[in-house]
Amino acid sequence: MASRLGLETKDVVELELDGKKAKGAIWIQAGHPDHSVTITLGYGRTRAGRVGTGQGFDAYAFRTTAHLWTASGLQIRKTGDIYELASTQGMQSMETPNGATRPLVREATLEEYKKNPNFAHEEEPEVPREFTLYPNFLYEEQKYAWGMAIDLNKCVGCNNCILACQSENNIAVVGHEQTLLGRHMHWIRIDVYYEGDRDNPKAYFQPVPCMQCENAPCEVVCPVGATSHTTEGLNDMVYNRCVGTRYCSNNCPYKVRRFNFLLFQDWETLQYKMMRNPDVSVRSRGVMEKCTYCVQRISERRIDTERASVIEGKEIKIGDELQTACQQSCPADAIIFGNVNDPNSAVSKWKAQSRNYSLLGELNTRPRTTYLAEVKNPNPELES
Amino acid sequence: MPEQYKSSTEIQPTPVIAPGHTFGTVTEKISAIVLTRPATNGWFIGFGIAFMATMMMLYAIGYLFLKGTGIWGVTIPVGWGFAIVNFVWWIGIGHAGTLISAILLLLRQSWRNSINRFAEAMTLFAVAAAGIFPAIHVGRPWLAYWLFPYPNTMRVWPQFRSPLMWDVFAVSTYATISALFWFGGLIPDFATLRDRTEKRWIKVIYGMLSFGWRGSARHWHRYETMYLLLAGLATPLVLSVHTVVSFDFAIGIVPGWHTTIFPPYFVAGAIYSGFAMVLMLAIPIRKIYGLEDFITLRHLQNSAKVMLATGLIVAYGYGIEAFMGWYSGDRYDAFTLWNRLHGPYAFWYHSLLACNIFIPQVLWIRKLRSSPLALFLISGVILIGMWLERFIIVVVSLHRDFLTSSWGMYYATRWDYMTYFGTIGMFLMLMFLFLRLLPAISIFEMRTLLPEAEVKE
Repeated sequence: MASRLGLETKDVVELELDGKKAKGAIWIQAGHPDHSVTITLGYGRTRAGRVGTGQGFDAYAFRTTAHLWTASGLQIRKTGDIYELASTQGMQSMETPNGATRPLVREATLEEYKKNPNFAHEEEPEVPREFTLYPNFLYEEQKYAWGMAIDLNKCVGCNNCILACQSENNIAVVGHEQTLLGRHMHWIRIDVYYEGDRDNPKAYFQPVPCMQCENAPCEVVCPVGATSHTTEGLNDMVYNRCVGTRYCSNNCPYKVRRFNFLLFQDWETLQYKMMRNPDVSVRSRGVMEKCTYCVQRISERRIDTERASVIEGKEIKIGDELQTACQQSCPADAIIFGNVNDPNSAVSKWKAQSRNYSLLGELNTRPRTTYLAEVKNPNPELES
Repeated sequence: MPEQYKSSTEIQPTPVIAPGHTFGTVTEKISAIVLTRPATNGWFIGFGIAFMATMMMLYAIGYLFLKGTGIWGVTIPVGWGFAIVNFVWWIGIGHAGTLISAILLLLRQSWRNSINRFAEAMTLFAVAAAGIFPAIHVGRPWLAYWLFPYPNTMRVWPQFRSPLMWDVFAVSTYATISALFWFGGLIPDFATLRDRTEKRWIKVIYGMLSFGWRGSARHWHRYETMYLLLAGLATPLVLSVHTVVSFDFAIGIVPGWHTTIFPPYFVAGAIYSGFAMVLMLAIPIRKIYGLEDFITLRHLQNSAKVMLATGLIVAYGYGIEAFMGWYSGDRYDAFTLWNRLHGPYAFWYHSLLACNIFIPQVLWIRKLRSSPLALFLISGVILIGMWLERFIIVVVSLHRDFLTSSWGMYYATRWDYMTYFGTIGMFLMLMFLFLRLLPAISIFEMRTLLPEAEVKE
């Protein structure tokens, strides 16, 4: 419908329904039913603080008791204006403009999975662990080796993990202008990929936190050593050592590292001290930050178990009760975190599945965050 | 030259120094620019513009320190923008001066004698301009000194596996050696100026700078030893400094960066742009200050030949990158090539090919190699092309890498431009001061080119 009307994403149109008008920018959504427009309630607020005031238009103008959720007879007029809609994602397709496809989200139908359970590993060249000049660190001998698995079958792209992470880790909201430049600070993000026919696409959701790579490309390029590896497998970010060269972000193939280009945090408003998590620092300008596998929770739990071990006289280890913020908030239980050195932990069992694969594994980053590929069982009658 | 080769179509080799000069005329001509020739309005206007540009740069840097690197166009995924492009561009330009001073000295190429002084000055000022960028482009520039390995109370050393650390060593070594080489070479000329001036205060200043040079045989012996040693130290730097700078990219995993062609390709590109800058300076200087007898067409032609040769090496670099985009079978490299040719920055990539490969091929034509105007314009085109090359390498590789969800764009802001043109202004300001206060051509080395200088047994 958009191409029929000669509209593109970001064009500002005027909507008119039963005499009520509003202007807003459009976003062309793949798979959206034809001849229809979806408008979102909740925008156009006049008293919503620094970031929320004046964003979008008030859709309640169109909402009446007779038409609470749907209405017909909407008119759309092109105004000729453009409004820069801020999106946090670059491209929403795994197919690049030169026609090649990157296997970022791997999926198969149930039939394909039954025939070839290893479908998620077909493309990967196996890089042996010995393929390195440096001696391998024996993570398997440590008490803990933190890892995460994300089941792409379960993720519905609700964004809860992003919000939970932001609240847990005092992540700044940067606003419209900075997001347009790509400077949003989300430590975990959900990548959305569309595939197939525009009117009936398949949508894939992939939450991307820091992969905590064992062979982290970011660590070797930091000139001051502000990012280093712990014995338990975490890629530590040392904020007070970071001078902000941003080489680590350039070298991260997953682009999970976010930089404080300006002072994004509000140091002035005293009430924010109540909002913020006291276990996590508030970063100032010029430092890099990224997902830490909620290291503050790991440390807190470690202290508790060590104390309990002393009190009870036997070793108590951290188990599956330790959850990262994203895992805790996920309504679909798509994220699991835990100790991969413990074969009985939930994360070890997930990673043992044949669906388990590493994103961009061919780069030999050896990420601790892995994904369980999607297996769909579509109704053949719906497909056609 | 043997008689049998002379014919009406044979072209005589252009002399390195115009005939008819004596020790006296050479010394007089060069030192007059500093001591007796008054500064013209043109100098003041040029200096004034360059000075204003320098002030603009200081303003831009001040605002940068106040607000943060967010005032520039850098973002995620393009974490490096104009600042690193300019850093590499300036460092590359500096390499020609060191090549002329050091390598041509060791190769006994006497034609270097008239251009090595201001070429080495160009190197120093280019390195000064370059050195600004790594310090200011970091997020917390007040802590940039942490990149230096000094013993500290935190008991932390820098992380030596990082190419940025290697940059620290390479560039500071380069700046030190260039400064020593340049200053050491100036000592006999400072003494000449000290002896020729009549004003007391100028005599004192040049006298202090000349460190008591008497021109005795012992002084000259020590001088020649020092000069050869420094030339020997500086020669590997011509290759190593830009190699280390290229490692900033080659060590990264970004497609378009991670390639072994970078070290020789960068070094060749550095000499390419460096000679272009030498020509862009030499041609106006010789015209305005009447130095055509010393900076002859021979120098311009030789520089043009060096540019042609290094330009072909750079063209090979482009070719091999394109070839590897296909031959490697790697989907990311293949896309990087496609993106350069067809993506949002394709216009700049095609301009790059025009500026760096196609247009400079006119240097094959002897007539254009001997035309100062043509050389000036072509050098300008090459400098623009080399800047575009660094832009393509830094920005266009970063903006579309592995995950399509991370793809973004880089748009330079006014602060990026102000800082960049400001460094050009600072460079020109320093050159203007250099021309006014120091002998732009090495007086004693020019004297060695004269027939009188030959030692008769």
